[in-house]
Amino acid sequence: MTETAVQTGFNQDAFDAFLAARDEPAWLSDLRRAAWEKFLELPMPSRQDEEWMRTDIRLFRLDRFGFPAEAEASQLDQAEEGLLRQGVEVGGHTVAVDSRPLASELSDRLREQGVLFGALDELVREHGDLLRPHLLARAVDPFQDKFAALHAACWSGGTLLYVPRGVEVEEPLHQLSLLSAGGVELGHTLVVLEEGASATLLAESASLDPEAAGLHCGAIELLVGPRATLRYVNLQNWGTGVWHFAHQKALVDQDANLQWTIGVLGSRLAKVNQHVALVGTGARAQVNGVMFSEGRQHLSYHTLQHHEAPHCTSDLLYKGALQDDSRIVWRGMIKVDPGAQKTDGYQRNDSLILNREARADSIPGLEIEADDVRCTHGATTGRVDDEQIFYCRTRGMTRNEAVRMIVAGFFQQVSDRIPIESVRVALGEAIARRIREYE
Amino acid sequence: MIAPNTNRTNESMSNTETLKITDLHVAVEGKPILCGASLTLRRGETHALMGPNGSGKSTLGLAVMGHPAYEVTSGSVELDGVDLLELDPDERARAGVFMAFQRPMAIPGVKMADFLRHATTNVRQPDRKEGEELIPMREFRKELRGKMEQLKIDPEFARRYVNDGFSGGEMKRAEILQLAMLQPKFAILDETDSGLDADAVKLASASIAEIRGGEMGILIITHHERLLEHNRPDVTHVMLGGRIVETGGPELAEELHRDGFDRVRADHPKAAAQEAELEKLQKEEAVG
Ligand SMILES: Nc1ncnc2c1ncn2[C@@H]1O[C@H](COP(=O)(O)OP(=O)(O)O)[C@@H](O)[C@H]1O
Ligand SMILES: [Mg+2]
Repeated sequence: MTETAVQTGFNQDAFDAFLAARDEPAWLSDLRRAAWEKFLELPMPSRQDEEWMRTDIRLFRLDRFGFPAEAEASQLDQAEEGLLRQGVEVGGHTVAVDSRPLASELSDRLREQGVLFGALDELVREHGDLLRPHLLARAVDPFQDKFAALHAACWSGGTLLYVPRGVEVEEPLHQLSLLSAGGVELGHTLVVLEEGASATLLAESASLDPEAAGLHCGAIELLVGPRATLRYVNLQNWGTGVWHFAHQKALVDQDANLQWTIGVLGSRLAKVNQHVALVGTGARAQVNGVMFSEGRQHLSYHTLQHHEAPHCTSDLLYKGALQDDSRIVWRGMIKVDPGAQKTDGYQRNDSLILNREARADSIPGLEIEADDVRCTHGATTGRVDDEQIFYCRTRGMTRNEAVRMIVAGFFQQVSDRIPIESVRVALGEAIARRIREYE
Repeated sequence: MIAPNTNRTNESMSNTETLKITDLHVAVEGKPILCGASLTLRRGETHALMGPNGSGKSTLGLAVMGHPAYEVTSGSVELDGVDLLELDPDERARAGVFMAFQRPMAIPGVKMADFLRHATTNVRQPDRKEGEELIPMREFRKELRGKMEQLKIDPEFARRYVNDGFSGGEMKRAEILQLAMLQPKFAILDETDSGLDADAVKLASASIAEIRGGEMGILIITHHERLLEHNRPDVTHVMLGGRIVETGGPELAEELHRDGFDRVRADHPKAAAQEAELEKLQKEEAVG
């Protein structure tokens, strides 16, 4: 194991140098070292692993990548504003290239209220004691697999949003993560909402060169305190050469609300674990997924709605449209612990296939250990119907207009659940742009 | 009142424009369904197309609209001298032909108003390219509301998804609304009365008469007299076994409503044999 690691850019010397240069609290360095050991020890996942059965990463070569290089200020000029910010009055924003922070802003008013928002690796130096109980400690398991361990050991940059007790942040905050050609992004997102706080974070990722290779090995932790409300939007819009591995987990506490919307458009291959844990009585989570795949993309999303406490609600709706030879795998699970009575759990995945060659695998699952619960799931896979297209065409629409309209209609149900207009518009337009000329 | 269709047609030209179907042969999956159908519809005229189930009435309409599964093996369809068969279905719509479907398709998630705004813009601006401006939302809404009021359609309809979860009757009303908005030169109404109760058919009949004014040529496919109440046919065609076997005046429609198709079958044994043949094929397919 160690031998293979030494050949990669993620080798012991590079790690030691990385760590020595960081000037971080000791507990964090210790955590990194432990994760690094784990990274060296764990094998690369293979198709023998149940989780990776449908996701082939034999072509992924970790040795092509290494620790992110220093960001150049010139990259900021290339950075676009992002799709989610259009027409939005934001309370703050961050931009990073290859997980190196380039710009960060937060309104004075929010700063005065004690809100922290910016690069996690900078803020953790100053607020180590505040963050220590949260960072890679409660939600994402740094030792879960090789990618989780690599991330936990080597993450840099990243984003922190911390909202103190009772503070309600009205304006959305915006985070843009960029990858350079051949770049590596190891950003960590940590959101902590203390009791009764509320906030909206619009996060998005993109590549400076939409076709270049790249690696994102990331983690997202959303810690929603009692009676807090978090709206989190995460648009994954990497270029088509990017490998995307991520562990994403939310903890939703008593009577708290989480609305988590993911848009998935980019990457060559994505393997994501999205996990929502309802840990306090009366917690509520809504999860929305909008996916569009094309070319030879492979997008694999494993979702878990874990009801650990009673009287919680979780409602997941994932919709994916597939073009060309692309493939989407969705594997969903609702897990209800023995004590989680009065659980209301729902999961649904709809796929719309635009070409014969595309393939959608949709695998819902329930694991229920309480007896007084309501859990339902559903999955559908359909094709754009020639009769629908013809019907639209007899009303004067071209074939492309018809397909775009039918696809937009397919996403309407999930779009209706997204309260932020810029997000609805950005997703709708991005998808419409991707729909190819059909004949 | 519905404004007369002035934006497309020169008044003096209007009555000379024709939808001319000549000796149309149509096959589905290689199977001949239509074996020679001819009719000429002028603007302002009403024609009734009658015939037993399975005789090929819908096939005629779908072939005229350019359904890809309906292969025209010979014959022609011309709109005022332009060869419609050379055009894509959307180009035919923009040229001014419309069909109200016997079985309209649902487009889940697409609001009736958005669908119609798109359709109306394209049909009114036949040269519009994808991505170019649509009719301004406010202007369109106002017009749509007006039409819906006039046709006694619940305004809620505009916000519902196209034909999604509609009852049979609602679908037919939605087709009539589309006819009203698109104001084609020629319209084929395929059983726009089926699934409606007597009062609703009456309303549909009156609505169609009002929408068309004196400008539209319409071909009404129907089994019922009621739809023709306000739309007395100038010409009646009878279809049997994939052929138009008789063409007459309004009295022919009345006779068929009264007496059925037995006399027609007796008078046209070849078409009747073809009808029996098609039915047999159908049954075999259903069994096999
Ligand atoms: N899409 C199709 N596929 C196979 N057979 C069809 C199709 N459309 C029509 N037919 C056949 O063509 C014949 C005429 O059908 P149709 O035009 O629907 O008749 P009508 O409208 O007069 O009731 C019937 O035998 C029908 O089964
Ligand atoms: Mg029919």
